[in-house]
Amino acid sequence: MEQVNQGVRENVYPQAAQALYRTLSQAAISAVTPIAAVLVALAFGATLLWLNGFDGTDVVTVMIFGSFQDTRSVAEILLKATPLILIGAGLCVAFRCSIWNIGAEGQLYVGAIAATFVGTSIDGLSVWVHAPLVMLAGALAGAAWAGIAGYLKVRFQASEIVTTIMLNYIAIILTSYLVTGPMKDASAAYPQSARLVREAWTPRIVSDMRLHIGILVAVVLAVALYIFLQRSSRGFALRVVGLNPHAARYAGMDVRRNVMIAICISGALAGLAGAFEVAGVTHRLYQNISPGYGFEGIAVALLANNNPLAAIISGGLFATLRSGSEVLQITSQVPQVLVLVIQGMVILSVVAFAKFRDKFRFVA
Amino acid sequence: MSAKPFLRIDNIRKRFGPIVASDGVSLEIEEGEIHALLGENGAGKSVLMSMICGMVRPDEGEIIYRGQSVRFNSPREAIRQRIGMVHQHFMLVPNLTVAENYILGQGSALKVINDMDKVDAKIRELSDRYALDVRPDAIIEDLSVGEQQRVEILKVLFHGIDLLILDEPTAVLTPQETDRLLALMGDLVKDGKTVVFISHKLDEVMRVSNRISVMRDGRVVHTVNVGETDARGLARMMVGRDVGMELPRSPSAPGPLVLSVDNLTCRGETGLPAVRGVSLDVRAGEIVGIAGVSGNGQTELSLALSGLLPVDTGRVVLNGKDITGLGPARINASGFSHIPEDRHKHGIVMSLSLGENTILQRYDQPPFAARGMLNRRAIGEHTRDLIKRFRIKSRDENQRIGDLSGGNQQKLVVARELARNPDFILVNQLARGIDIGAMEFVMEEMLKQRDSGKAILLISTELEELFAICDRILVMCHGEILGELPPERTRLDELGLLMAGKRADVVQPPLAS
Ligand SMILES: Nc1ncnc2c1ncn2[C@@H]1O[C@H](COP(=O)(O)OP(=O)(O)OP(=O)(O)O)[C@@H](O)[C@H]1O
Ligand SMILES: [Mg+2]
Repeated sequence: MEQVNQGVRENVYPQAAQALYRTLSQAAISAVTPIAAVLVALAFGATLLWLNGFDGTDVVTVMIFGSFQDTRSVAEILLKATPLILIGAGLCVAFRCSIWNIGAEGQLYVGAIAATFVGTSIDGLSVWVHAPLVMLAGALAGAAWAGIAGYLKVRFQASEIVTTIMLNYIAIILTSYLVTGPMKDASAAYPQSARLVREAWTPRIVSDMRLHIGILVAVVLAVALYIFLQRSSRGFALRVVGLNPHAARYAGMDVRRNVMIAICISGALAGLAGAFEVAGVTHRLYQNISPGYGFEGIAVALLANNNPLAAIISGGLFATLRSGSEVLQITSQVPQVLVLVIQGMVILSVVAFAKFRDKFRFVA
Repeated sequence: MSAKPFLRIDNIRKRFGPIVASDGVSLEIEEGEIHALLGENGAGKSVLMSMICGMVRPDEGEIIYRGQSVRFNSPREAIRQRIGMVHQHFMLVPNLTVAENYILGQGSALKVINDMDKVDAKIRELSDRYALDVRPDAIIEDLSVGEQQRVEILKVLFHGIDLLILDEPTAVLTPQETDRLLALMGDLVKDGKTVVFISHKLDEVMRVSNRISVMRDGRVVHTVNVGETDARGLARMMVGRDVGMELPRSPSAPGPLVLSVDNLTCRGETGLPAVRGVSLDVRAGEIVGIAGVSGNGQTELSLALSGLLPVDTGRVVLNGKDITGLGPARINASGFSHIPEDRHKHGIVMSLSLGENTILQRYDQPPFAARGMLNRRAIGEHTRDLIKRFRIKSRDENQRIGDLSGGNQQKLVVARELARNPDFILVNQLARGIDIGAMEFVMEEMLKQRDSGKAILLISTELEELFAICDRILVMCHGEILGELPPERTRLDELGLLMAGKRADVVQPPLAS
């Protein structure tokens, strides 16, 4: 009976329909697994909260939906999503090239430093010039900072995992030094830089909300990087280098050059994220300009399965969880540690599901 | 046939999406026999064996093993039932030792680590018993392909098996290593084990097996006792027509010099001299063969010619242009094609599509790219054309190349390299893993290339391959060219002597200037 059915099905659907069915089912699998992963993690989180004497489902609901109260809170989520999407999408490029850039945090900091420098030391430019100049400075600084690790890798085979982590420390300490020393605002008691001139600020989308055009830039860049990776010749070479460097060399691709390009792209986006934090949010450089966006960006890329387009969604998700946990801390007794544990569970669960997906592909 | 066979495969079906890999296949294996499995590329041999050893799960049908219906969910479960398989693509971790590889993935690995001495001792004992020459502390990536093969076989023996499945074990071996492996199979059977092995080489199948099954389109179409047929008959069962063992070919008409290698030396990965003063010329319209036992510098020679290994001294001139040390990109662009020895390392990117693998060298050139962007339509058209011309069994150009059968992967590499319209083609092991029908086709294609004025250098350990299409044969030993012979079977003895490193007086000096 079943066989008869199968035969009929094959005859009814022509090849084109089968191809469409295949594409759709593949898309469904790749979209469903991260969502399922997040749901499973949140279910575990709820259980964990319940074991600790909290109303688990209630807390998780607050975590996801609590921050969607009004436009303003949605705008705050998008504000947090901006650096996460930028860094996540940039890291997708590096990871696809098999470069384990753990240094987005440091690249963000040097981007912020460069942006602050350009935003405080120049005056009298129009906003049309000055604001983009600040972004450019951030991106270039981030790319250069990542480029150091890239150079050490291609020249001396130094592991980028080690060098980028070291460069993180240097960047963060350098920032502390600058805001307590050379770049310190003389009139302020706290370690902070002078305020950026108004023309250097990233324009806001609506004047009475902090959300700035950085979110649009982030989304556009993520889409552009997706096209770059999937459709451009250079993106193809990056992927081949990442998948099989021997074959890349055989084919005449310059492995070192591609490694440099990939790591610099990821650094540029992290640097740009740093520029937006300064020019769009704080307008000054502080010691702790980033609450760990550079590290969370790694999870964003991971959840997106190194697909920059999906990094828009996963960046948004992590921003939501982050906002939700802030709401939680204000409105409930749940300790922040538990919230962090839940975030960690999301990441773990995503990794586990990715494994499952690969297995599924092999068997099916 | 006995009433209760050792292993019975009953009407198994397996589909991968729209592709039917097993179409109701049935097969019986008897205890203590050597059973050979033949079939064209993509006939479903590897998939069938993977289902027996728990790598792949069947959709329908039954496997009855020692009278019981079994269903393995993993290779480990199969090993526990004493069924082990050595795959077409080795599955060893390159930077671990032999012993470490053996205990990997064992549930009790942690316990075993404290007992490494016992593991080592067991490896040594098995290695001695079957003369496998495997050292437990050797690191996999330092081993030659032939050695890795023995490591893989010893691995299954180590875990204790009664049924050994070998998927194209001889495809990567030299004739000497092959002899050794075939002898080993005999020894195993004497010890009461059963062997199933897949091969495209009819002569070795005839030599060792008791029974032979032929697969076609996902089914076993014939099972015969070895005495009942000959190589010609087997070939006909496989491809459904007579396959000419002798290719018709016209005498070569060598034209101008295309590739000239002068006193080339280079070192291997270990830093030891591997190519020691090789000089050779290849003219337009001729196929020059290099025969030799593998590991005598052929690998390094081909890597050095294609720019993948630094040249110490000497010169390589292609079309009058010095390409020594130029790097693969510029060498490729000078009209140089290369069918590499190790297709998984150099030739293809397993997780990319056929289309993407087809443009590996030309990803930034028209018509495949314009203004920095890939032209998917042009890539698709070109790939579909190659798939059709070379009869590459695949779903479409968007299929992952890693999902193709081994022989079909090789066909794509050959197709790609010929399609680049080179002046010079370097071939290191032409027919690795491709079936006899496809081999005939590929060889004909090579002859056509020769007749259209291309220069071809064919490095091979397969004398048949060399005799079939070469116009002259150089013999390489210890990194040197020892002499040159015309491709006449009558001079096989001489060839053997040269390959063993003995210069005979009768041998002409190499043609180099
Ligand atoms: N994981 C997979 N996904 C999709 N198709 C597959 C997969 N594995 C095998 N196939 C398809 O199943 C068919 C049979 O493949 P199989 O590897 O068994 O061939 P084979 O007889 O071993 O050929 P060869 O002699 O070339 O090794 C092929 O068409 C192949 O493309
Ligand atoms: Mg196979």
